[in-house]
Amino acid sequence: MIEFLSQHSKLIDQVGINALLALSLSISLRAGSLALAQAAFMGIAAYVSSVGAVRLGWNLMAAALLGALAAALVAAVLALPIGKLRGVFLAIATIGFGEIARIVEINWPITGGAEGFSGIPNDASTIWIYATLTVVGVALYLFGRSKLGLAVSATREDENAARGVGIDVAAVRMGTLIAGAIVAGLAGALYAHSNFFITPGDFGFGRMEQILVMCVIGGVTSSAGAILGALLMTVLPELVRFLHDYREVSSGAILLGIILFAPSGIAGLWQRRT
Amino acid sequence: MSLERRGDHLVVERVSVRYGGVLALDAVSLDVPSATVVGLIGPNGAGKTTLINAVTGVVRPVSGAITLGAVRLNRLPQYRVARAGVARTYQNIRLFAALTVAENVRAGAYARPGVLTDNALRALLDRAMVHDHDLQRRAGTLPYGEQRRLEIARALASDPHILLLDEPAAGMNPRETGELRALIRAVAESGTGILLVEHDMSLVTAVCDHVLVLNFGEAIAQGSPAQVARDPAVIEAYLGTAAESSSA
Repeated sequence: MIEFLSQHSKLIDQVGINALLALSLSISLRAGSLALAQAAFMGIAAYVSSVGAVRLGWNLMAAALLGALAAALVAAVLALPIGKLRGVFLAIATIGFGEIARIVEINWPITGGAEGFSGIPNDASTIWIYATLTVVGVALYLFGRSKLGLAVSATREDENAARGVGIDVAAVRMGTLIAGAIVAGLAGALYAHSNFFITPGDFGFGRMEQILVMCVIGGVTSSAGAILGALLMTVLPELVRFLHDYREVSSGAILLGIILFAPSGIAGLWQRRT
Repeated sequence: MSLERRGDHLVVERVSVRYGGVLALDAVSLDVPSATVVGLIGPNGAGKTTLINAVTGVVRPVSGAITLGAVRLNRLPQYRVARAGVARTYQNIRLFAALTVAENVRAGAYARPGVLTDNALRALLDRAMVHDHDLQRRAGTLPYGEQRRLEIARALASDPHILLLDEPAAGMNPRETGELRALIRAVAESGTGILLVEHDMSLVTAVCDHVLVLNFGEAIAQGSPAQVARDPAVIEAYLGTAAESSSA
């Protein structure tokens, strides 16, 4: 058991971080917003926490919290122009924002540019990652059962009827975007602090796509589904190494299968049976 | 509960609504006192749902005023109108279809402090005559009539001062309509003012204290159900002119 854990500790850490990222996207999806800025929020927090740790000597806790705070502030500003956008338009606008964030990271001297930022203290242990995941998971579970959680679900189901019962839909959308940014920010800080080195490419569209796939496979609005999706999509590429250069095909094939045969994801399959 | 505010009248004063070049409502005035059922009738496209949408803040009038007691409603966003004590149902059912029966009713009580207990929730379902008490059932899987009544339960959950019902009897059988009639009277007698948009004239006649008739966005008649039914302008709006009727 211990041998297994130490052999695969890198992979186990990745599962935890990806689970946080999938959870962060599931928060917006619960409100029915296809806001695809998670990779950008992750990157912002990764850079803030790394630069803070290297230049200013922040410890891991301070770096993670301040990184998440920076992502939250950016999300609050971003929420203003995109507040009225829905569906595909929201998706495109937030992907565009992600590109802006990536270009800034490449060109701002303090980030080390396209060559990346190195020398980050490698202090985000497995315990830190899973403690964060536990706190976020429990918080989301409790939130889902609360009155505000119901307001989020109602907003997803029918915005107009939600307003009709007194729910401030604009605040719900802004709140879920910011909450998602905080969780993605924590994941980004932990990611940076479990690698020596980050580059802007780590937080580009490819990452965003990976997060979206994890959520879709798990079931877009379910926390448990998001975690399962992250587990599957992180471990699977390791299990199919025998496919060599074709191993990336496996994730595409799984995505296609899920969309065709289980459109509400793994969590949906479970719900259908109970 | 805010019983002390029961007694707030809904007052609609010379409200006009314009959709592009079309004047959907032309200086319509209406008073819904508490504990009173006011009927709103008229041919299709007369502006009945537009008036409900103006009251609830879905559309913004170009002129006129809508007040509930001391609160000016027509400057408030939709969710604030709901929080001021105005609840509604929809012509086309708008339940939170993938949420459970319990979640739908709890969402209806969103503007009230605290969370509804299961007992309070069942009492609301009983009151709205929702027969299926499976709280965990998804609202979208209920039969049509049950969905209509669940929507009324959701509206009642906010304990509204004013309840706007947009064709609640649509698609109901005579037995269900009879239950609905009893429900509307009971809700009014508890102090809520009700504005009822309805095509079923026997229901309107049975439950309404006062009726306003709209045609092409204008109020063409008002009075008791019996007065309105005799009004020549109303008969013309519904049936065409006497000459047309006799030649047909």
